Amino acid sequence: MSVEAHEVIPIPMPREESIPQAARRKLSSPWASGLVIFITLLWTIPTFGLLVTSLRPKDQAQSSGWWTAFTDPVFTLSNYAEVLTGGQTIPGGITPYFFNSFAIALPAAIFPLVVATMAAYALAWIPFRGATFVFFGIFALQVIPLQMSLLPLLQMFNLGWSIGPIPIFPDLNQAGSNQSIFYGTYIPLWIAHTMFALPLAIFLLHNFIRQLPRELFEAARVDGASHFLIFRKLVLPLTVPAIASFAIFQFLWVWNDLLVALTFAGGTPDVAPITAYLANIKGTYGAQLHLITAGAFIAIVVPLIVFFSLQRFFVRGLLAGSVKG
Amino acid sequence: MTAMKRRRGAALLAGGIAATMLLAACGGSSDEAASDSAGGDTAAEETTETTETTEDAGAGDAVAAGCEAYADMMGNEGSTVTLFTSILPPEQQLFEQAWADFESCTGIDIVYEGSDQFEAQLPTRIAGGNAPDIAFIPQPGLLAKLVESGGPVAAPASVSANVDSYWNPAWKAYGTVGDTFYAAPLGSNMKSFVWYSPKYFAEWGIEVPTTWDEMFAAADAIAAAGVKPFCGGIESGGATGWPATDWLEQIVLRTQGGEVYDKWVAGEVKFDSPEIKGAMDVLQGWMKNPDYANGGFGDVQTIATTAFQDAGGPILNGECAMLQQASFYANFWENFQPGTTIAEDGDVFAFYLPEVDAAVAPNPVVGGGEFVTAFADRPEVQAVQTYLSSPEFATSKAALGTWVSANSGVPLDTYANPIDRLSAEFLTNPDGTFRFDASDLMPAAVGAGAEWTEMTAWFAEDKPTDEVLKAIDAAWPAS
Amino acid sequence: MEELGAGLAKVGTGVAAVAIVLGLLLLIFFIGARAKGRLQSPVAIVVFLGPAILLLAYGLIVPAFRTTVGSFQNASGQDWVGFANYTWIFTAPGNSTFLINTILWLIIAPVLSTGLGLTLALLLDRMRRESVSKSLIFMPMAISFVGAGIIWGLIYEYRDPSKPQVGLLSQVVMWLGVEDPPNWLLWQPFNNFLLMVIMIWIQVGFAMVVLSAAIKAIPSDVVEAAELDGATGYRLFSKVTIPMIRGTLIVVLTTIMIAVLKIFDIVRTMTNGNFGTQVVANEMYAQAFVAFDVGRGSALAVVLFVAVIPLIVYNVVQLRKERAIR
Repeated sequence: MSVEAHEVIPIPMPREESIPQAARRKLSSPWASGLVIFITLLWTIPTFGLLVTSLRPKDQAQSSGWWTAFTDPVFTLSNYAEVLTGGQTIPGGITPYFFNSFAIALPAAIFPLVVATMAAYALAWIPFRGATFVFFGIFALQVIPLQMSLLPLLQMFNLGWSIGPIPIFPDLNQAGSNQSIFYGTYIPLWIAHTMFALPLAIFLLHNFIRQLPRELFEAARVDGASHFLIFRKLVLPLTVPAIASFAIFQFLWVWNDLLVALTFAGGTPDVAPITAYLANIKGTYGAQLHLITAGAFIAIVVPLIVFFSLQRFFVRGLLAGSVKG
Repeated sequence: MTAMKRRRGAALLAGGIAATMLLAACGGSSDEAASDSAGGDTAAEETTETTETTEDAGAGDAVAAGCEAYADMMGNEGSTVTLFTSILPPEQQLFEQAWADFESCTGIDIVYEGSDQFEAQLPTRIAGGNAPDIAFIPQPGLLAKLVESGGPVAAPASVSANVDSYWNPAWKAYGTVGDTFYAAPLGSNMKSFVWYSPKYFAEWGIEVPTTWDEMFAAADAIAAAGVKPFCGGIESGGATGWPATDWLEQIVLRTQGGEVYDKWVAGEVKFDSPEIKGAMDVLQGWMKNPDYANGGFGDVQTIATTAFQDAGGPILNGECAMLQQASFYANFWENFQPGTTIAEDGDVFAFYLPEVDAAVAPNPVVGGGEFVTAFADRPEVQAVQTYLSSPEFATSKAALGTWVSANSGVPLDTYANPIDRLSAEFLTNPDGTFRFDASDLMPAAVGAGAEWTEMTAWFAEDKPTDEVLKAIDAAWPAS
Repeated sequence: MEELGAGLAKVGTGVAAVAIVLGLLLLIFFIGARAKGRLQSPVAIVVFLGPAILLLAYGLIVPAFRTTVGSFQNASGQDWVGFANYTWIFTAPGNSTFLINTILWLIIAPVLSTGLGLTLALLLDRMRRESVSKSLIFMPMAISFVGAGIIWGLIYEYRDPSKPQVGLLSQVVMWLGVEDPPNWLLWQPFNNFLLMVIMIWIQVGFAMVVLSAAIKAIPSDVVEAAELDGATGYRLFSKVTIPMIRGTLIVVLTTIMIAVLKIFDIVRTMTNGNFGTQVVANEMYAQAFVAFDVGRGSALAVVLFVAVIPLIVYNVVQLRKERAIR
């Protein structure tokens, strides 16, 4: 937030090579490289241990540390086969949950982005009284622990909500049943995730959108373009890096969520995400390390793919928001 | 429902989350509980072998072949009943198998949802207006709490009649809150078992103990041979500590008798009383005795970090001799070693945790179980409730193994597994002193809160007994 | 195959939902764009900001209000108890554990994450092939807490020293010559630190990536000028680099602090708050959802967000300063 840093940030992305090559070479040292490699190894070992354990047969996995797999290499893919489709130990497979996680995470990553980008634009470039107050208010909402929102929200989805006689949200229960029309769908989950994501999303996107050059907007307004047109033709294309980064962030968050999913969608194979499956097998098959680790690895493989393939975007957008603070 | 809507405004003004919990309940429980779809006893006994059934099972009167037992539960084709429970796979699959016939005959689809977050999720969903149709509640204390804040629907007459004919009245009392009967018992655990390996007992020359003193004599003999005789594990995720509360309950019932036990459950005998403190001292000399525990895992402290599912492992290779755990532990042995046989001459078996003093409590048994609680009174929900309380269901489920019901309508020879048969004998023994798991009967703040965490601290940190007992008492709700 | 078909159908619903929402939005845009003259701005404000405000009001503001009210009520929310729940939090014996632990978490985890992140960012800035390291260090961020619990369970697992070890940490210290490693998760008070390590493991990547980008954004002429003045190494770092990225540092630190305050998953999955590792957020969950004491649960939630308010105020003040200059 220091003024200097703020003024100098190129838009929309800082240069990759800002310090001259000569300076870089001079500064680089084998010491530094060694240290970085050491920390990198340290950071990777836990996950690597998970992968190795998941590839070991049951007996080995339970009775010896995973590192002994290198002196006594016995590997198998059968743990994965069992977890994917169900087998002798675990009757139900992870597969339906895997797809649920996609069906939950895709819309739950996109909806908050759409809403947040629009709000961020309004707060940044449509002048109105109280805009600053609204912005800081939204920023401050980050402090609310989402656990405390679960019950009121659930009540709203299922029982409706009204202030006195004025209905604010309709009662969506099917006639004669205590199941809301949302029951067994992902809809409440998408909405809940959208709500919880908004403060951070608006905050980050606002910081990005505010940096766009003022002249751009002034020129467009002079030409008589409406806010809707400006938003579609100017803001959206220019904001892509930030949107993409936040989309990845939100996708990871939703994919990894357990609490919100369990509360709003329940734990049946029809709707529950992969984390619910993982939590359940961890609870029942505590001793079956070879299967739990295989399940855990399947669950993290998608976030890892998403992350590794899109990390360029990720870093950019994150930077845009955070560097500006 | 209308009353609920009218009062919702008031709830918002009051603002409290729990205030709305109360209101949410008004919708469910006020309706009259009488059912017209399933009256009286199940039709099972009257079922005739000869039937002139037609193949179109849709109509109410005509019942397809093989479906005669469900005649009273017909007429709900195409309906769905949602079920929420803490029972997870592989047990889930056995349940689904047990009621598959019922489903195909009646056309009712039972949607099963199991979660290890059951205890936290159920009240949230009820208060949130998203209650399941039926829940299997393992804690009568939780049932009472839910009834107090609203949600459960009184059981229909047909369920009540089933329970009257097939269960010990004590079981009906656990499903009753105030004067209203809500929930029929389902499965039952016989918790007073000690698991051991017949093979290693023979190797060490140990006889299966039949008295409390014999058990400790055996323990001393095994300890002298260099093996820690007992193992235990109380780690269980969010429920860490529960096996320790079971141990305490066993001792309280055995040394203090049923009357003190009941007063303890009711909060009239405090934890910090000579009775309970005495029981803790016995436990101190048993599971917290460094000469006795924790076989196969290390020192006494490891009891706190060992998962209860893992605790029995060392018995199979002779690193530990005895594990006090419930009948359902039979399900876990296969996990340690595929092909493990559970039999008196097999790899592993269980003996009855002996009584301490027949004058105080003859044949004491601590048990647990689930209670089928409904949150809706639609005919198909009541049909499922009725079915689950019938001996037909219990027999069908028991035949699949490793499951016991205290339903006396299940013929004892249905239980293929010797442990199950033994459990059923004890659970239905008219001369026994049967008591339900105390922590499941106590208010959640104690039975699922302080007692768990404090007992865990007692093992893990060697927290002084006095402090542990005082802290549990302090958690007892004020009202 | 059947499973695959059903699975794809599910994903299809998700995609369809996105398409429908975007379509509706386009329609609203189309209609909104027809507004002319003085109506133009108000219509735009309502359309752009309305959905966000509504969602936030329903999802966060109203619940926060209810929670605050609930914190002055008893366990079942039926009677008013004044400040009794707050008195309980700060005076009940045993509660000092989670209060002290939370403060430790709040200081140690963010500072170490940010410090290590900054160190890595500086070191990486001097390396040629930085992207592999960066990715691998960042990777834990993509892993769920459930997964992290399983991963670290494999590290902190305790076995009797006479047996083959399964936990990596025990094995490593035994290789280093310790004969009887402690049962890590019981090892008070250091077990708190072992849990923080998990959080640091997850957060360092975030700190590193953001700070590394901020360092790269320092204009080269500033660095060159400083170097011409003879500044190198530590001087360059403390006089140029740190002041230039101060703002970013603060944001990273506060973001991690907020995350730490709300953290309950790690504690819940690793120790469930036993063995003296309880923290406020997990105690809140246990009170509200396990013991069903909504009053105490709400009061703990209020304590949490009151604790975060200074952080937010500080950030807002910084933001306002920056805006004023702009």
